[in-house]
Amino acid sequence: MTKEKNKNLSNSVGAVETKYFTFAGPGNELKLESGDILGPVTLAYETYGRLNRDRSNAILVCHALSGDAHAAGIHEGQDNAGWWDDMIGPGKAFDTGIYFVICSNVIAGCRGSTGPSSINPATGKPYAMDFPFITISDMVNAQRHLMDFLGIKRLLCVAGGSMGGMQVLQWVASYPDMVRAAIPIATTKKHSPQQIAFNETARQAIMADPAWRDGNYYGLDQPERGLAVARMIGHITFMSDQSMEEKFSRRLKKGRLNFNFDPEFEVEGYLHYRGANFVKRFDANSYLYLTKALDYFDLSGGKVIPVGKVIDTRFLVISFKSDWLYPSSQSQDIVRLLKRRNMDATYCELNSTYGHDAFLVEVEEQTTLIKHFLDKTHSGYMVADYYGIS
Amino acid sequence: MASPDVRLDHKIIYSIVDPGARVLDLGCGEGDLLYLLVREKHVMAQGIEKDDRSIQECVKKGLSVFHDDIESGLREYPEHSFDFVILNQSMEEVRNVDSLIQDALRIGNKVIVGFPNFAYIKARLMMFFRGRAPITESLPYSWFDTPNVRFLSITDFREFCSEKDIRIISARYLGEKGIVRFLPNLMALNGIFVLAGS
Repeated sequence: MTKEKNKNLSNSVGAVETKYFTFAGPGNELKLESGDILGPVTLAYETYGRLNRDRSNAILVCHALSGDAHAAGIHEGQDNAGWWDDMIGPGKAFDTGIYFVICSNVIAGCRGSTGPSSINPATGKPYAMDFPFITISDMVNAQRHLMDFLGIKRLLCVAGGSMGGMQVLQWVASYPDMVRAAIPIATTKKHSPQQIAFNETARQAIMADPAWRDGNYYGLDQPERGLAVARMIGHITFMSDQSMEEKFSRRLKKGRLNFNFDPEFEVEGYLHYRGANFVKRFDANSYLYLTKALDYFDLSGGKVIPVGKVIDTRFLVISFKSDWLYPSSQSQDIVRLLKRRNMDATYCELNSTYGHDAFLVEVEEQTTLIKHFLDKTHSGYMVADYYGIS
Repeated sequence: MASPDVRLDHKIIYSIVDPGARVLDLGCGEGDLLYLLVREKHVMAQGIEKDDRSIQECVKKGLSVFHDDIESGLREYPEHSFDFVILNQSMEEVRNVDSLIQDALRIGNKVIVGFPNFAYIKARLMMFFRGRAPITESLPYSWFDTPNVRFLSITDFREFCSEKDIRIISARYLGEKGIVRFLPNLMALNGIFVLAGS
């Protein structure tokens, strides 16, 4: 997603390192929603800030489709700040002076956690298409193991946008007693046919590339053209009509029409640039598996909060007016559910023109909401039986 | 109640709401009333507000608020979700008043409605002597920029409640200098009613 590099390091968490946690060894494999098993499983993760003495200040931040464990700060010798660096750091929305923030790469990812590009211990070769299908619930189960390892029994908050927001909702559905507060942003409780359609188009672009070789391209070039097209489709859906008009209008790269099929318009150049950059850092098979995980996601029918279950999780739901990929109506569906269950919740639709990308770039208003919401949650204000939940 | 600069209508609503009650404020604005109720009476507060800037102010006060239209925002709530549903200075901006009040009575045990009185003496004089659409302390807008779409008097509201079989538990009337006890439909700027289902 669109993200300007953060040059201001004065309130950065500074240099950070990715750590690795491996579990689900032989005999203890992770049981997946599909019925398959996976193991051993490695999770790449980063932490920022300090866990307090009673372990009550931990916040799990969940990344979106193309994100990774590197949410904040910089890696030694590199200059690219984490994907939510504007939001995580001293004095920021997720204030690392107060909170202990954790972010891990999802399983099926390709940024250090076990995924299709990892070595299959059974064959000694990359899993490729032998990798089992993963769901959002499997991702959350894996994160749960990481929380156990870190000794965190209850998270002060789970937060994330887009696919990260689905993990937030899944956390509440799977482990409600472990989630004190939930911040699902620009997300949905079930993937819609339109969202599935975009993902299927992206998958077909990858699989139509001869270089994909039924997924067995490891050791060779990856299907760069297919993956780049998939990513270009993605970027179109992340922007709004208005933000594209403002960013590109009909401006030409060379100032005049050349009457050829090279990228002539700036918007074409942008998409090519985004596609070309993406293939350098992302595995095509991971893209296939992760988009499938998104499409399988469906917590409709009251599954977010099981009927009869009394939970005291507080919610902050955020959407963006110009987001048409995960439109406000989907966040409002979440809100309707929260009302039906008399949950203590805040919902705000922010007036951004950035489309789905807004959750990464609209820092100021999200900061106000999240900072105060967390402050209220952390200051020990209990809401158990708040509204005499039915 | 600590602060002397609390608005009179807020003071009155404050005196009506029981400590620890479950309260929903429809059109809660920047959350001043809810904040007062949470701070002083430890109520369980939820607001509904349509303006995103106001919601930010509410969240700064630690309040929980839904960004929603009050006319469509109540449907999902189960019956008797709240002890008090407050509709203060927002009913006059609503098109479908009847269904909103019925919804509020369904989800709340009591409904507190506060509204400006269109039959206040100064409004009458302005109409009668100057032939102008009234502008008063409680109806401060010009005809062309008012958010209000419903203009009613205290007598109108009483009649509405009787027609709809809505029980009026109590009513308070606010004038320029405080509570009005005499000829409220003529002397009151605002009325605050406590309602319950029949």
